Amino acid sequence: MRIRAGRLLLAALCASLLLGVSAAYAIAPTRMPTPQLEARYLDLIHGFRCMQCQDESLADSPVDLAADMRREIRDLLLAGKTDQQIRDFMVSRYGYFILFKPPFVLGTAWLWLAPGVILLVGTVVAVGVIRKRAAIAATDPRDDDLTDA
Amino acid sequence: MSRLRFIIPLVVFALLVAVLGIGIRQSPDKNIIPSPLIGKPAPAFSLPNLIEPGQRVSTAQLRGHWYLFNIWGTWCVECRVEQPMLLKIKQSGVIPLVGLDWRDDPNDALSYLKQEGDPYETIAVDQDGSEAIMWGAYGAPETFLVNPQGIVVYKYIGPITEEAWQREILPRLPLASTPAAGSSS
Repeated sequence: MRIRAGRLLLAALCASLLLGVSAAYAIAPTRMPTPQLEARYLDLIHGFRCMQCQDESLADSPVDLAADMRREIRDLLLAGKTDQQIRDFMVSRYGYFILFKPPFVLGTAWLWLAPGVILLVGTVVAVGVIRKRAAIAATDPRDDDLTDA
Repeated sequence: MSRLRFIIPLVVFALLVAVLGIGIRQSPDKNIIPSPLIGKPAPAFSLPNLIEPGQRVSTAQLRGHWYLFNIWGTWCVECRVEQPMLLKIKQSGVIPLVGLDWRDDPNDALSYLKQEGDPYETIAVDQDGSEAIMWGAYGAPETFLVNPQGIVVYKYIGPITEEAWQREILPRLPLASTPAAGSSS
């Protein structure tokens, strides 16, 4: 019984603190009630493109729309949404273009896989060439040009 | 075998040209970003009515007929450009215009409409800009064509021109609608 009352008191205290904090920071929208939320907030706003000034992130953009979007993200975070839910929300409104880091989906698979494929092809070709040269060098050890290469 | 090897770089080059060509074709204009809302239900909302204070404009009221959802504001220069075209569309009676007054002072909006004419059937007020985000707006004007089932059919970015109306919007409407608007000019 005593524990329950204590918990209740603690919860009430936390709630009042939270309310107080969010009200206090309402004017400075870049401050979140906890360092964890603040870190997630900063991470998120750096990952979204400002749709009006497309080479800037939401974190860096001075335009009104970016401010509205930051407010929206802050509200979603305070409502307890996960980072993924917030990203999904933004993508559902603005498309993948809003993400600075494109996700791995069917349409972008080539984008992520191409460097690996190119590297693989290059390695295969390089290995083939080296082996061939080694074979030539082995059959004709007097050829300086090839043994040096 | 040696003949075939000679062709490989050419094939690779042709492939590269093809990929780059597709890339150039598919991103013609950085200012026009395709909306993921097309083919999806229009965002549900219930917002204050600009013209009739105390009343609301909601998605429920808009169900059952075609409408153009036009995002505008008195601060928006391009919106003034499209204003005559919007009035023309209203005159045609083909499709009602539903306005979203974005980030605006309602008093400014009312005096603007008094001066320039009001092309809208009804206007919802989005003073803090959160509704515009729901629609994926990133500038004004932006116009969405919504069908009677409440599905977004098409989005037009920038001031609606005679050409956009004739080429993009009218052909998407059912044939019963009479293409009378903008027959002059």
